[in-house]
Amino acid sequence: MPESMPETATVKIEKIAVSISVNGKPCARQVEPRMLLVEFLREACDLTGTHVGCDTTYCGACTVLMNGLAVKSCTMFAVQADGSEITTVEGLERDGKLHPIQQAFGDSYGLQCGYCTPGLMLSTHQLLSENPAPSEKEIRKAIAGNTCRCTGYMNVFKAIELAGQNMKGA
Amino acid sequence: MYPRSFHYHRAGSLKEAVSMLGQLGEGAKFLAGGQSLIPLLKLRFANPEHLVDLNFIPDTSFIKEDSGAFHFGAMTRHAEIEHSALAKRIPVLHDCAAGIADVQVRNRGTIGGSLAEADPSGDWANALITLDTIVHCLGPDGARTIPLKDFIKDAYTTALAHDELVTEIEVKIPPKGSGGAYLAFKRTAPVYPSASAAVQLTMAGDVCEDAAIALGCVGLTAIRATEVEAALRGKSLNDNLNDKTIGTAAEFARAAADPQTDMRGSADYKRQLVVALVKRAIQIAARRARGEQVEGAHLYA
Repeated sequence: MPESMPETATVKIEKIAVSISVNGKPCARQVEPRMLLVEFLREACDLTGTHVGCDTTYCGACTVLMNGLAVKSCTMFAVQADGSEITTVEGLERDGKLHPIQQAFGDSYGLQCGYCTPGLMLSTHQLLSENPAPSEKEIRKAIAGNTCRCTGYMNVFKAIELAGQNMKGA
Repeated sequence: MYPRSFHYHRAGSLKEAVSMLGQLGEGAKFLAGGQSLIPLLKLRFANPEHLVDLNFIPDTSFIKEDSGAFHFGAMTRHAEIEHSALAKRIPVLHDCAAGIADVQVRNRGTIGGSLAEADPSGDWANALITLDTIVHCLGPDGARTIPLKDFIKDAYTTALAHDELVTEIEVKIPPKGSGGAYLAFKRTAPVYPSASAAVQLTMAGDVCEDAAIALGCVGLTAIRATEVEAALRGKSLNDNLNDKTIGTAAEFARAAADPQTDMRGSADYKRQLVVALVKRAIQIAARRARGEQVEGAHLYA
């Protein structure tokens, strides 16, 4: 490395052991403190369903569940998730069967390019676990932190409503 | 985006966090909810050598009522306050907590972190300044309490020493007949508001006995609009949206505001906006003071 790049050269960084339960499976790694949770999931765990969109805490494409609550994984360090339970989009299906939220997004055409969809589905997961029959206003509030640049959201609202109905029997 | 490399330290207690920061020196910073700090680190606007993580310290997230006041642990997340039945009893706090950014940010961001950062566009300082709020702090020389009005000194500047942190926020429960509202106007959920208004009124029937009004995002700190307050005290306020007294009083917010033209709008636009927000917030606060259930929420473009 050339000497003109002192910023990483001057600080010798130790790695820190973290153990995170990802979709129910323990995931223990040595990480640099500055590794973001989203990079941990994508690069250390090979789970690339969690997307990086804006990378500035705006768009919500990187949304995952931490102990059941939606968080932006680009705005947390992996070391901070040590000991917690993380759910990514890969953890939604069970035994090869789509989760009702996934099914409803498909059935309602609640996506076009799909880039924002994993984040939207995990925000939906928190919403429906707290409120199985949300009003449209409550749905809007729950996904206000998830930006979609394709669909205009109308089918997303329909998908969330449908998912809520389908999950009631479950 | 990766921040610059840093050393990570996990504090086990508030006392340990303070002593860690003292030992690590000027290159060290506390990490609370991280919803402002981590983006700053990623953009490399801040490049600390050491981060002392406060997130693993037990008993720092709580909402308690004790001798006429609510006590919020510094690491209490915005979402915990939003969903707290206790905090709902002071509607200005509920309005504020429920409207900060979006669900994901509210799940992580903390009330103590928000005050300690003192971002001029932050929500908490503006809402809390209308109440009798005391900030509990801990430093190497022990604990001290600072009234919020003396805690925030300037944009991004507080009375905290480098190795001192916020442990608790104490809010005196307003008297009976008091009601409040917090309204912020945002272009979209995740962004900071373009302007905000916090109002706390104490009413005796239709007559306004006392008023505390603050303007947010239109100055280097939250601004107490004392002329608006004076124009309401002793006056009778009615529910009419065109109530002359409220309209005249709110107009004083235009001169009290000191906004900057930026990407969120021109200074003139923000003055206009803050007058409208103050007017609406006064109306909601007055109705709540009379015991009505009125929904107040952040407004979107």
